[in-house]
Amino acid sequence: MTIHATKELQAYWKENLTIISVLLGIWFVVSYVCGIMIANQLDAYRLGGFPLGFWFANQGSLVTFVALIWVYVWLMDRLDEKYDVHEN
Amino acid sequence: MSILTWTWILTGGSFAVYIYIAYWARAKTTGDFYVAEKAIPPMLNGMATGADWMSAASFISMAGLISFLGRDGSYYLMGWTGGYVLLAMLFGPYLRKYGKFTIPQFIADRYYSNTARVIALVCAIFVSFTYVAGQMRGVGVVFSRFMDVSINTGVIIGMALVFFYATLGGMKGITYTQVAQYCVLITAYLVPAVFISMQFTGNPIPQIGYGSQITAEGAALLGNPADQGLYLLDVLNKLNTDLGFAAYTDGQRPMIDVFFITMSLMIGTAGLPHILIRFFTVPKIRDARSSAGWALIFIALLYTTAPAVAAFARTNFIKTINNVEYAKAPSWFKNWEKTGLVGWKDKNGDGIMQLRKGKWDDPKSENEVKIDQDIMVLANPEIAKLPNWTVGLIGAGGLAAALSTAAGLLLVISSAVSHDLMKGIVKPNMSEKEELWWARGGAGVAVVIAGLFGIYPPGFVAQVVAFAFGLAAASFFPALLMGIFNKKMNKEGAVTGMIVGIVFTAGYIWWYKWGNPAANNAAGWWMGISPEGIGTVGALLNFVTSWAVSKFTPEPSHEIQELVGSLRYPGKLVVPPSSH
Repeated sequence: MTIHATKELQAYWKENLTIISVLLGIWFVVSYVCGIMIANQLDAYRLGGFPLGFWFANQGSLVTFVALIWVYVWLMDRLDEKYDVHEN
Repeated sequence: MSILTWTWILTGGSFAVYIYIAYWARAKTTGDFYVAEKAIPPMLNGMATGADWMSAASFISMAGLISFLGRDGSYYLMGWTGGYVLLAMLFGPYLRKYGKFTIPQFIADRYYSNTARVIALVCAIFVSFTYVAGQMRGVGVVFSRFMDVSINTGVIIGMALVFFYATLGGMKGITYTQVAQYCVLITAYLVPAVFISMQFTGNPIPQIGYGSQITAEGAALLGNPADQGLYLLDVLNKLNTDLGFAAYTDGQRPMIDVFFITMSLMIGTAGLPHILIRFFTVPKIRDARSSAGWALIFIALLYTTAPAVAAFARTNFIKTINNVEYAKAPSWFKNWEKTGLVGWKDKNGDGIMQLRKGKWDDPKSENEVKIDQDIMVLANPEIAKLPNWTVGLIGAGGLAAALSTAAGLLLVISSAVSHDLMKGIVKPNMSEKEELWWARGGAGVAVVIAGLFGIYPPGFVAQVVAFAFGLAAASFFPALLMGIFNKKMNKEGAVTGMIVGIVFTAGYIWWYKWGNPAANNAAGWWMGISPEGIGTVGALLNFVTSWAVSKFTPEPSHEIQELVGSLRYPGKLVVPPSSH
């Protein structure tokens, strides 16, 4: 597999950085914001027997982390195809 | 069959499997030994990473810690999983593209500096030894509690086993053994949790169960029919507040400290060499991404179960012990009393066990019951009156968790010695065969030292875990991140940054743990940040220092910048002439 123009490579890298920024933004919101910073306020709402802030800290953020990695895997596979930089 | 028989059968059986796998997967080349010939399928690599990651502490102590900390304990849950998101997006694929063997080697190549190599090498060895000491001790403790042998005998049996498969198989042997160990440890962890969740709430999924309502059967177990239909967490909150504790689902620690501890654990995770090198072992770059995804699935399975175990075990423990006459105490309580993990002191002479807030040996406190955090997992099946084989499983699972983590750490130490110190600095011309001997020898010596730590535990082992994460956070995380994402970061910046980060973090932890322990409380900490969370500040200082120094010192050469560029794309990079 060969690589073409430097410009294209830069575009690929830029798109990768955008994807990472968005996903890490979500990563920060579910854990640090919902699970820590506004957990007390969220606890006013409930999810079954869980106060919501407690649930984010105990379960919600972990489940989201797993989802985030798989979304990244999927998006990057598509990006590799789009710029034709994937491995054989 | 008795608990002891079950424990011997399950442990013996699992050990036989590990030995067979180690023989089958023995290493022939240094590539085999360091990175398993980069031929591990991503799902299996994820499983091995999970076993590598989940230590004796995760398995035995974490649920118990959380049961005492309540919501604050979530910093372990989020902190020890959130780092994998960083690994998947910021490090894994690029380190795989780099495609060599060790983290110190990457740092040395990227920063074209043997000084950087030596700093990374010392850090990697220090962090890994800190961590491995606790594992070997954990092996001894599990043996002594479940199998009636002394702690020292237990450590020696564990040493012999790890010695065998780590020196013979290297990364390849370790990886395939870890896959088996993951299966053992996750089964051992989930089976009691599923049983207990069904007993209390009728829901077989513990993650949902502890947020559900208590069934008639559960209420009967708790000895209070009125609890039927109430949410388990509400019942637990009331139990806690009635006894003078804070409500279970409320946070106690200052928010800023929880924030910094969580961050320190996350970026520390992403900077731990024994986890980072796992990304070297998969065939392709896209596999490095998906293998982080698999790893986190396997890890989250245990980490989302742990808070459920914590909530169930705490409810059960309070209900079966508090205000119960000692003469009528359940048999598990008296069994475990011998190990010193639980205890009772009849301060008011009424023959009844009162569990309250405060220390059991403090005459001013009304509390009469001693509870060690580890009891919440170790005795959990007995407290819930589960069949004996589930108790036997806990022993086998604890050993699997401790041994798998120990092996991964020993490999980092051995490769740091053979590949980075001997081949990289002392004797660059040595043959592959000779290097392999150094690697095996390094692993062997490291096993023996780790075993000695297990037999003669240095008093500071429990406290140095903060050290391991803090140092990884303050040294490796920034150096790797800037190494990949900032082409202009140079040797001068990275080296000063690492030194500043390490000295600051180590100094802060040293001051509060040993220098002036009296000040080690929220009021005494700088900005209310505990030594456990200070790695975050160390990492920030590292970033700022590196950036500032790199502005006043020469840029890295064109070749280095191209190396960094090539890490960013999968596939072979052929730079067109026009870019020169």
